[in-house]
Amino acid sequence: MGQIVIVGLNHRTAPVEVRERLAFPADTVGHALRGLVARTGISEGVILSTCNRVELCVLACEGYRGTESVKEFVSSFHGIPLADISPFLYHHAEEEAVRHLFRVSSSLDSMVLGEPQILGQVKDAYGYACEFKSIGPVLDKFFTKAFSVAKRVRTETRVASNAVSVSYAAVELAKKILGDLSDKTVLLIGAGEMCELAARHLLSAGAKGILVTNRTFERAARLAEEFDGMPVRFDELQSHLKRADIVLSSTGAPHFILKREDVEEVIRIRKNRPMFLIDMAVPRDIDPDANQIDNVYVYDIDDLNNVIETNLEERQREAARAEEIVLAEVEGFRRWLESQQVTPTIVSLRRKYDEMRQAEVAKALSALGAHDPKTRKVVESLAASILNKVLHSPIASLKREADGSNPMEMAAVVREIFDLPLEEPEGAADGGAGSEAVSPEQGGNVGRQ
Amino acid sequence: MQTVLLKATTFFYLAGALLYLYFTFALNERSARLGRMFLLIGVILHGAGFAGRYVVAGYTPVTSLFESLSFFAFAIVGVFLAFELRYNLRVLGAFVAPLAFAFSAFAAFLPGAVRTLPPALNSFWLPVHVMLLFFGNAVFAVAFGAGIMYLLMERELKTKKMGAIFKRLPSLNVLDDINYRCLTIGFPLLTLGIITGSIWANYAWGSYWSWDPKEVWSLVTWLLYAALLHGRVTVGWRGRKAAILAIVGFCAVLFTFLGVNLLLPGLHTYSNLSG
Repeated sequence: MGQIVIVGLNHRTAPVEVRERLAFPADTVGHALRGLVARTGISEGVILSTCNRVELCVLACEGYRGTESVKEFVSSFHGIPLADISPFLYHHAEEEAVRHLFRVSSSLDSMVLGEPQILGQVKDAYGYACEFKSIGPVLDKFFTKAFSVAKRVRTETRVASNAVSVSYAAVELAKKILGDLSDKTVLLIGAGEMCELAARHLLSAGAKGILVTNRTFERAARLAEEFDGMPVRFDELQSHLKRADIVLSSTGAPHFILKREDVEEVIRIRKNRPMFLIDMAVPRDIDPDANQIDNVYVYDIDDLNNVIETNLEERQREAARAEEIVLAEVEGFRRWLESQQVTPTIVSLRRKYDEMRQAEVAKALSALGAHDPKTRKVVESLAASILNKVLHSPIASLKREADGSNPMEMAAVVREIFDLPLEEPEGAADGGAGSEAVSPEQGGNVGRQ
Repeated sequence: MQTVLLKATTFFYLAGALLYLYFTFALNERSARLGRMFLLIGVILHGAGFAGRYVVAGYTPVTSLFESLSFFAFAIVGVFLAFELRYNLRVLGAFVAPLAFAFSAFAAFLPGAVRTLPPALNSFWLPVHVMLLFFGNAVFAVAFGAGIMYLLMERELKTKKMGAIFKRLPSLNVLDDINYRCLTIGFPLLTLGIITGSIWANYAWGSYWSWDPKEVWSLVTWLLYAALLHGRVTVGWRGRKAAILAIVGFCAVLFTFLGVNLLLPGLHTYSNLSG
């Protein structure tokens, strides 16, 4: 029986020194994938490698210790003794592995809960596996399902909504105050890392242009060049202020650079066109009282942090709902996975045709009107031997393939050809759901209801 | 038949208003689409009802209080749908659709029988004068809704406590833009409505202006909106001040329409609770 196994490490289990040594950069991943699936007992493999995590997902054949095999692969590929890396590695198998990948793709396992990049990275990993043909029908179905789970989480919960970094919070607020940013100008006062990041985000959110000022004009000029903006002399700040819709300030000044009166004057000149003033400096650059002026919004670093905190709390609340979705989807996928195994396939194949045989024998006997044991025996053995001969080769193929490279594919083919119903292992627990095979999608629906 | 139709639209507006409110509460997209559908069907049936009543009565049915309220609801829904189309601003529905429902429901409780037209109203000016004003007032109703939204949103941004409102409402800029747009549409309609009324008054009553309560209050309303428009264009009033004036202005509109009809008898008293 094949088994899905995930071995990996992430930002919680391993420090960056370890993560960087065990990463699989894009140019080596093809080589790694080929090496991975070349190992005996591993039939399919996908490698996800980002700055926060490395995950190797494989389909291990029955009887092989998939986890150990993958760990050995990681150790030998990177040339680091297994003992050095195993404390940082975690591993999941079967249902736990399914749940793990679903959670990772839905960004429930990310450092910043709900961050949007991870899904794209999982898709890239899947893309590499397709490109290097290291993926087969089971992991293909698994990853495709993971994408749809991630999408469901994203649309049905608010786990990914609202900014959770200072610079994104600034963009979000700017949009709520000023609306469309495409005709808005940013003024950057001083050089602080967070301000620069926010300016970058504002520009990529569509802001029209940027003015940069600094006590030393050269620095302003350099930064302006970097942003494709315009440098402004610090002593001319007041006269340029009227052009700015968004002001980002972080200077080392010990006193306010923008006093309430300054802002009042500017807003009058601007005919009340709103201004969003973001003060990231400590001590502060902008008089917080300016927030009381109509159409002026002053946010300092604490205000932005409060916004983020509220948003993070909301994400946490939503994560609980997302976990429920994941659980339901895991259950659906487990049902599909089970149906794809060799042994249950043989069982249901036999059961289906045994029933058919019995019915046909009974029909034949009653048509013959024969009650003597001999006729009975002949008819019964005729039916049994035909059936055994017919079923011999599919069952033999299944058994042979059970230890081969792709048992699940064979099981799927046999199920398709013989139109086998999905059966609960313990019997007709599903109320004899008929011949309708339960796909992961349908399983998911069942879980949802 | 047409009376039933005019009253029945109340249910569509109620459904529309509830669906928009639910959308705003639960952020359920389907609810907004359904709400718009209800309003759209409601406004079409409403239009058909008015057409039917026009045929039955033989005059433009905007004379009794029932007809006026019903027409006002019709105009509000029509204007709202146009704004929603233009701005794709579904939250606005939660603030405007309940107004339309309220007027429509008020109308539904009034006697709706067609009556004979008072001779003084039998004029070409009747539909022109009344429709200009009602459409103008409907535009002001949208500005009123946007004004309330602006104040709610502004409070969250000023106090820096982002809650449910912050997520649901559009940017201050868009809301202020709606305020201005409404003003530039509503104010000319109001002005033309008053001018046509004045011309008609000269024909009917022999004087352009007779300081009848309706006229006085129309003037008050006009002055309020004129001040807002002037302030916006010359001094750059906007945002909070504009939102408050739009709200006050609409209160004046309501008093001119309902308060005067019900409380202050004068030349314009063709319509009160009894018909």
